[in-house]
Amino acid sequence: MSETTQSSDSYESAANRAERVAEFEQHNRGFVGRLQHILHLNPSFVPLIVLLGSILMFGLLLGSKFFSPFALTLILQQVQIVGIVAAAQSLVILTAGIDLSVGAIMVFSSVVMGQFTFRYGLPPTIAIACGLAVGTAIGALNGWLVARVKLPPFIVTLGMWQIVLATNFLYSANETIRSQDIEAQAPLLQLFGAKFDVGGAVLTVGVVFMLILVFVLAYVLKHTAWGRHVYAVGDDPEAAELSGVNVKRTLIQVYALAGLICAFAGWALIGRIGSVSPTSGQLANIESITAVVIGGISLFGGRGSILGTLFGALIVGVFTLGLRLMGADAQWTYLLIGLLIIAAVAVDQWIRKVSG
Amino acid sequence: MAEDRGTPLVELNDISISFGGIKAVDHVSVDLYPGEVVGLLGHNGAGKSTLIKCLSGAYQKDSGEIRIRGQKVEINNPRDARAHNIETIYQTLALADNLDAASNLFLGREITTATGLVDDAAMEAETRKIMARLNPNFRKFSSPVSALSGGQRQSVAIARAVYFNAKILIMDEPTAALGPQETQMVAELIQELKRQGLGIFLIDHDVHQVKALCDRAAVMKNGKLVGVVNVDEVSTDDILAMIIAGKKPEHLAA
Ligand SMILES: Nc1ncnc2c1ncn2[C@@H]1O[C@H](COP(=O)(O)OP(=O)(O)OP(=O)(O)O)[C@@H](O)[C@H]1O
Ligand SMILES: [Mg+2]
Repeated sequence: MSETTQSSDSYESAANRAERVAEFEQHNRGFVGRLQHILHLNPSFVPLIVLLGSILMFGLLLGSKFFSPFALTLILQQVQIVGIVAAAQSLVILTAGIDLSVGAIMVFSSVVMGQFTFRYGLPPTIAIACGLAVGTAIGALNGWLVARVKLPPFIVTLGMWQIVLATNFLYSANETIRSQDIEAQAPLLQLFGAKFDVGGAVLTVGVVFMLILVFVLAYVLKHTAWGRHVYAVGDDPEAAELSGVNVKRTLIQVYALAGLICAFAGWALIGRIGSVSPTSGQLANIESITAVVIGGISLFGGRGSILGTLFGALIVGVFTLGLRLMGADAQWTYLLIGLLIIAAVAVDQWIRKVSG
Repeated sequence: MAEDRGTPLVELNDISISFGGIKAVDHVSVDLYPGEVVGLLGHNGAGKSTLIKCLSGAYQKDSGEIRIRGQKVEINNPRDARAHNIETIYQTLALADNLDAASNLFLGREITTATGLVDDAAMEAETRKIMARLNPNFRKFSSPVSALSGGQRQSVAIARAVYFNAKILIMDEPTAALGPQETQMVAELIQELKRQGLGIFLIDHDVHQVKALCDRAAVMKNGKLVGVVNVDEVSTDDILAMIIAGKKPEHLAA
């Protein structure tokens, strides 16, 4: 076979296909092994199955109450904030890091956008740009501390969470900017809340943004050199560095981009709740990590897909809405989510064995 | 031999580096000429890998200087080394486990299309070409390298080092995990690269291999350079004596 691989191109690929089949049989992987292999190559496969399964299950249990364009798009609206923040979280976790400050960055960015408009009278476009810049800067600072000062991401972002949240309360003086005022004076701040109807399905700008963000990031991670470097850095930073990847720069870029995405989440948050409230979004960090884990991204870094994260966020949304429509106690949702988290990590460990 | 050969390709002059009090490399000087293979020998922990890592950019030397073709250079990271056409096969291979062979081979230097996207098909095709020369039995192009055997992984690391037209090649125990056939192919590769005028540092514990492949051998012990000899002028026993005793045998000490 080795001779054939050196001949013409088309012949080569044909021969290789045959080899690949042979490879499977040789190793006698059986069904389970093959499944393991497929899941290793397509890490978002499991959450997709779980998502479709749970939609089907609630659809059967609840009928059209659940299985309607309206209810299904309501789920999208409910997960949009977590979905955006979880996209940021995914980037960081792919580098084997974690970002506990995502929620704080989100809220503080939204407060900056609101206060800059209402306290200083800046045009909303400028205030929004400032909010986005603040989020990016905090993220970059996280990245700098992780990459240059070599502090553990958990510690850096635990500290940053407290610092940013305290700054948020001190700066805003705990003051909420009311929805009516925003609507009257700076409707741009509520842009992400704008709704449009597509045959019973209700979408918002925030939902569309979340979907586009996830697809763009998935594409960039898969098809650009930068994306490959992100995976390599999470996989083995030393090997990446020795291979010529600028590990520090990549890390700082990832954390800064995560900060920027969180600031966008802050803007979307204003659209979602109408007002600018310094006390909102407190659970975003835990919820984003939940979505990432259920989405099958490995906390050890270097493996997983950001599409999985979207599925993870949607799974949580489906269970939340489904159980509520069934009239179940909300605690059942948390209980099931808890089970899903542990199951997802168990599956991840099992998939890791394929490469072990 | 070393006379009238013009400027050395690489000069490592008086290189020192220590880790928390341990002098891993202690005032070592070695040079390398184009078309030459210099073997680095020594017991475990002698400082061979540490020395070459100062050249490859993995470590920053504490003192000493590095010259490439007579020019003093600063090598602060692996990218600087690559800019001087230095390629390295690390003892630890330095592969990203979750990426496949092609992604590893091109990591940090991906082939991209006109639109800036990575061209996976082209990278895999190139990987197949180079692997056909190094390890024709290699099949696992779509698996993460963590699913490869030790020897297969080593082949990928070798392929990466020779693919990019290095002028200076550093090989840290490149055949440690290879079978006899693959080891033979690497030996042939080294001879071919040598003919092409590359300079090669080869770290290898196999004295016979060093005698067969290298022009000169540098022996280290406890971070210090014991001596450099022309392999044609010494026996394998002489080299072994240098490694073990840590000094040049009487009849060689001029
Ligand atoms: N990053 C490091 N931190 C601390 N000490 C180190 C480091 N790298 C090397 N050393 C020490 O430097 C000395 C030389 O190690 P080195 O790896 O260069 O040896 P070697 O000659 O390559 O050995 P081997 O034949 O086993 O590969 C050893 O004592 C080692 O413990
Ligand atoms: Mg070594």
